[in-house]
Amino acid sequence: MRVKLRIWRQSGPTDTKAGLRDYTVETDEHMSFLETLDVLNADLIRKGESPVAFDHDCREGICGACSLVIDGVPHGPRAATTTCQIHMREFRDQAVITVEPWRAKAFPVIKDLTVDRSAFDRIIAAGGYVSVRTGAAPDANAIPIGKRTAERAFDFAACIGCGACVAACPNASAMLFVGAKVAQLALLPQGQVERGSRATRMVAQMDAQGFGGCSNHGECEAVCPKSISLDAIAMLNVETMRAALERA
Amino acid sequence: MKLDARIPSGPLAEKWDRHRFELKLVNPANKRRFRIAVVGTGLAGASAAASLAELGYDVDCFCIQDSPRRAHSIAAQGGINAAKNYQNDGDSIWRLFYDTVKGGDFRAREANVYRLAQVSVDIIDHCVAQGVPFAREYGGALDNRSFGGAQVSRTFYARGQTGQQLLLGAYSALMRMVDVGKVSLYPRHEMLDLVVVDGHARGLITRNLTTGEIRPWAADAVVLCTGGYGNVFYLSTNAKASNVTAAYRCYKRGAGFANPCFTQIHPTCIPQGGPYQSKLTLMSESLRNDGRVWVPRRASDSGRPAAEIAEADRYYYLEERYPSFGNLVPRDVASRAAKKVCDDGLGVGPEVLGQRNAVYLDFAASIERLGAGVIKERYGNLFDMYERITGESPYTAPMRIYPAVHYTMGGLWVDYNLMSTIPGLHVLGEANFSDHGANRLGASALMQGLADGYFVIPATIGQFLASQHRGPITTAHPAFAEVEAQCRAQTARLLGLRGKRPVDDLHRELGRIMWDHCGMARNAAGLAQAIGEIAALRERFWHEAAVPGSADELNPWLEHAGRVVDFLEFGELMCSDALVRDESCGGHFREDHQTPEGEAIRDDERFCHAAVWEYAGPSAAPVRHVEPLTFENVKLATRSYK
Repeated sequence: MRVKLRIWRQSGPTDTKAGLRDYTVETDEHMSFLETLDVLNADLIRKGESPVAFDHDCREGICGACSLVIDGVPHGPRAATTTCQIHMREFRDQAVITVEPWRAKAFPVIKDLTVDRSAFDRIIAAGGYVSVRTGAAPDANAIPIGKRTAERAFDFAACIGCGACVAACPNASAMLFVGAKVAQLALLPQGQVERGSRATRMVAQMDAQGFGGCSNHGECEAVCPKSISLDAIAMLNVETMRAALERA
Repeated sequence: MKLDARIPSGPLAEKWDRHRFELKLVNPANKRRFRIAVVGTGLAGASAAASLAELGYDVDCFCIQDSPRRAHSIAAQGGINAAKNYQNDGDSIWRLFYDTVKGGDFRAREANVYRLAQVSVDIIDHCVAQGVPFAREYGGALDNRSFGGAQVSRTFYARGQTGQQLLLGAYSALMRMVDVGKVSLYPRHEMLDLVVVDGHARGLITRNLTTGEIRPWAADAVVLCTGGYGNVFYLSTNAKASNVTAAYRCYKRGAGFANPCFTQIHPTCIPQGGPYQSKLTLMSESLRNDGRVWVPRRASDSGRPAAEIAEADRYYYLEERYPSFGNLVPRDVASRAAKKVCDDGLGVGPEVLGQRNAVYLDFAASIERLGAGVIKERYGNLFDMYERITGESPYTAPMRIYPAVHYTMGGLWVDYNLMSTIPGLHVLGEANFSDHGANRLGASALMQGLADGYFVIPATIGQFLASQHRGPITTAHPAFAEVEAQCRAQTARLLGLRGKRPVDDLHRELGRIMWDHCGMARNAAGLAQAIGEIAALRERFWHEAAVPGSADELNPWLEHAGRVVDFLEFGELMCSDALVRDESCGGHFREDHQTPEGEAIRDDERFCHAAVWEYAGPSAAPVRHVEPLTFENVKLATRSYK
């Protein structure tokens, strides 16, 4: 199988000549999309040309490093699937496939398809945790947690921090990401003490990092590789309002 | 090289408590005067950095990923062991200790393993307090499952994403300490070398992977948490960036490297699909709780679809050979059994490189017994992952699995305080050698990483700082400039290569040599051959490799080349270790030491020790030292899972 890749090339953060370039690659339907990029890069290296930089690591859909917009969709054509788990059987022979980086003000391009997502870490640092010192915990079974509650908390905790939600949103909003963490901890008894300050601080940090607000497009949920529900955003709104009322 | 394990005296169950009392403490007001460098942010690194910062130390924390949350611990699926005995099924600290020593085939230190079992219960408490959403029963108590190699249910889990949830817990603790200013975080920074002054670890050199800046860091202690070296095989379940460089550089600076040949081949991975494969994907071995492993009884059936093979013609080889453990035998036993049936021509699935290398893991019986809903609840995400990769659904056709390199028990030698043979250099998690002996049991890696980081190093690092620390140092000391210059020279040399081959090609070639001769089954002739082939490949690397790009930019090919250079030396050390260890034990299986049924035969007379290798310079063979292992509480016995 042969495909034509139109890939965003950008030599550095300030490259003014950045743009799409076309490459033809021989691939195989059983190969992953990233393995196809590996083949392209090996060819480019043999020819003495500059290979394409992209983030990837675990290649099994859990680390959250891979981050390609494939034909306009973050993580490509298959629902609930990261880029690294996309296989070429999703595409036709002779397909023309456009590959771009995440695009958002808060995620500046470092090179080619690699972006800087450290803004997410700064949001988590602003309260995305339970402040418990090592050694201070009671017995793990001291506080029962209902199975359904634990399951719901898990659904939100499954976020891999890839940033596809931001890349898909017309406002480049990070509310699905922030909401997932706020909702996880708001559901659990361990998260109650800091519930209000957590929501308030994380939202403030989200704004400070240059992410937009939510205007209910739902694109984030549609591209989320872990199927995080829009309920996360609803819960984030509830939590921030609740915190404001508590302060008042 | 002096190997003093510093194992505390006294009865096994009292050693850790007594040791903690006897350890020197650093006054709370003095802790902030110490700056500790933590390298790596997996379970061991993130938990260590957070806990040390909570104590008051200032921490510089480095990782190669773009965020600490992406360290490869994130990919661990199955679970984490703890001797809570919440199931009332006879578990205890002693039993977890015993199972781990036995599972490691009597090649681990009793004292370390006992401490690990003791601390395991605190880990679960702490993770729950952080908000880790472990699986629960309807009454709200924590759920457990049994896991490879154990006859009690002591494994805590969070669907098939336990590693992710535990790492996010440790990451959140780390980010909390970043927020209060006690941890300075440096993502996309790779440790290139260790700086040693008068025999003590005093700092390190990093490369900023975004800008290419190479710079020195002074530290009062260095804590290395850089994971394992499974990628020496090229194909493994490790993340693509996992590497041996930081650990190997410490070895070259004088840290002993223990048991490098002890690698774990995980029995349940998705088989290789073709020659282009870039990595292998693990399917959690928790699947073995409900899946039955089989192959056709006759080689003539091996090309036929599973559905066409009658029940009587299916060979459930684990259940038949190991009636009491059945499909739950330890990983090394299960892996070798799979290799054996495939080598005997009974493998299933497509032929890759001339052989069908896969066995079935069949859920039909469990789906019939429990219903598809229960199976989906237990393994839904794993089944989905399998289907995404192979295009086949495990609900309707048996999975195909085959062993793959997964974990490395070997690592830098450490004493009971987790300090290496270089004072000031501590090594945690998979990067050290301490607790798993020759084979790691399922759900024990997460336990060890977090035990080391949350509970051991916070107690033991004070001993070094209060008794052996040599006083303040800055990067103005000439040793820093010297090592930094060496790192720059290495970068320049790699970028100056004029070959045509991508480094990935050469890495694949190394992996093939390692898998063929230092993989699941090893023999003296093959290992000797591998040593020769690796030396020749290393030579060719410098003529054939091409490294594109420049030094002062994001350059993943330069990063990879540097790691492969170290793998090319390290692979030889592994083979040498495997060659000298003339016995079979755990994951180290020497074909010349097996029973007629293919079980491993240990040689406790000659090899009941950890082998510790000392670097002796570029043109001399490394020196092998031994730390004898004594078993005072567990009787040395032949492992039997029959």
